[in-house]
Amino acid sequence: MVPNKDDVYGDHISNRFNDELLALKTRFLKMGGLVEAQIDSALQSLIESNGELAEEIRSKDKLVDRMEMDIDEEAMLIIARRQPTARDLRLVISVIRMVADLERVGDEAKKIARFAIKLAEEGQAPQGYAEVRNIGAHVMGMIHDSLDAFARLDSEQALRVMKEDKRVDEEYQSAARALLTFMMEDTRNISHCMSVMWVLRALERVGDHACNIAENVIFMVKGEDVRHTPMEETERIVGS
Amino acid sequence: MNTMSSTTINQVQAPEEKVMPVTEKKPEDTVLEEGVTVGTPFADDPKFKLRDVEVFYGESRAIKKISLDIARNEVIAFIGPSGCGKSTFLRCLNRMNDSIDICRVKGGLLLDGQDIYDPKRDVVELRARVGMVFQKPNPFPKSIYDNVAYGPRIHGLANRKSELDDIVESSLRKAGLWNEVKDRLDAMATGMSGGQQQRLCIARTIAVSPEVVLMDEPCSALDPIATAKVEELIAELSESFTIVIVTHSMQQAARVSNRTAYFHLGHLVEVNETSKVFTTPEHELTESYISGRFG
Repeated sequence: MVPNKDDVYGDHISNRFNDELLALKTRFLKMGGLVEAQIDSALQSLIESNGELAEEIRSKDKLVDRMEMDIDEEAMLIIARRQPTARDLRLVISVIRMVADLERVGDEAKKIARFAIKLAEEGQAPQGYAEVRNIGAHVMGMIHDSLDAFARLDSEQALRVMKEDKRVDEEYQSAARALLTFMMEDTRNISHCMSVMWVLRALERVGDHACNIAENVIFMVKGEDVRHTPMEETERIVGS
Repeated sequence: MNTMSSTTINQVQAPEEKVMPVTEKKPEDTVLEEGVTVGTPFADDPKFKLRDVEVFYGESRAIKKISLDIARNEVIAFIGPSGCGKSTFLRCLNRMNDSIDICRVKGGLLLDGQDIYDPKRDVVELRARVGMVFQKPNPFPKSIYDNVAYGPRIHGLANRKSELDDIVESSLRKAGLWNEVKDRLDAMATGMSGGQQQRLCIARTIAVSPEVVLMDEPCSALDPIATAKVEELIAELSESFTIVIVTHSMQQAARVSNRTAYFHLGHLVEVNETSKVFTTPEHELTESYISGRFG
């Protein structure tokens, strides 16, 4: 890969340091892309009752795990070799944190795939799938935007992702109520609805991970840790 | 499923495509305003109060209107590229620049509220209060004992041999050298290892009970073990002394100091808590320097 001198991580005196930081960034984004695709396929397998696709997701999760370990090792080597400071240090630390979030998103995809197989085997009417589709699209957008914010170092976009999380939580609550109604209407729906509930829960967690990634992007760009910080305060930091 | 499947691996763009605005300007070309320092250059009740300090070598101005307070018992590190004036500025603090004929110092330099450059001031007394450790260990060609005892003797700090013995022992202990040399105090200091010699010089400096210790790259000639020992020493000494250290090692500054001051072409660009300087520096130049983008 040719390091770009105009990239904020590509203008060190040491070209090898430039290469290492840019490689770390690129690998992280690749892993992000893979994880996005995993969630996408998991939802597809559920809605289309495609057991084959669901199996594929479960085997691809091993690749996600491998990437997590590789990126962690790369980050560790950069710390050992280069003793990064300032924005370089914040990049490395954030990647170490965010990679754990991505791996967890991958796990959620695997979980959804597992329920896809189960639901396909049971072969019941697709109750609650509209909610899954809705929340699924929402959290997919959040993951995508958080990764995009990382690539662009765009703290404002990261802030928008954080704000979306509240809406996902609301959507999740309302979907849960809808499923509860189905279950009360006919107790034979309970098993099916519980599975869908778990899928929704997994999607809600994906939104949380997107939110964590966004927090780390703000840390990288602004140098302030906005975890466990009220939204108004985060807005002030991003606006400063 | 159209909405969901629209996002794929290809849509996350690689960083090469996210180009920051192209700037022709290099960080080191930044034009700095004289006398402006970002961060926290001032302290309450400082040991040193330095205002609009300028240093000239003949016609050329090596230090450009620097104002800084150095607090009591703090360890402050001066960092910056070669020729930025950090050593020159350090040497103003005990008038080591006096020995250079063409060097002139202007501005307010107060030690405990008293003018360092007052013509009536006794420079020997000043240097006893503000000791200095140099880049290369420079022990006198005398015994280990005499190296440490030299200062207390000329300053009349000991009336009896036993008092002098006590000062030598306690200084060597503070410098972490006592156990290594207690059985050979009469041996020539020049026969010691580099790291030991440097710690001996530190013992010699603290033997006259200074209030401040200035260190000009004290570890640049030492191996990593000796460096670690000197750094340990700095941490211990900071309990009783104010320490100002010039260093080229960014990691050393990060390890030993409470505050870090970044110098650039005779300007003092930024002074901040060391933890801040190395994680979220305020000035773009500081960031570029400490992260290895120029220097």
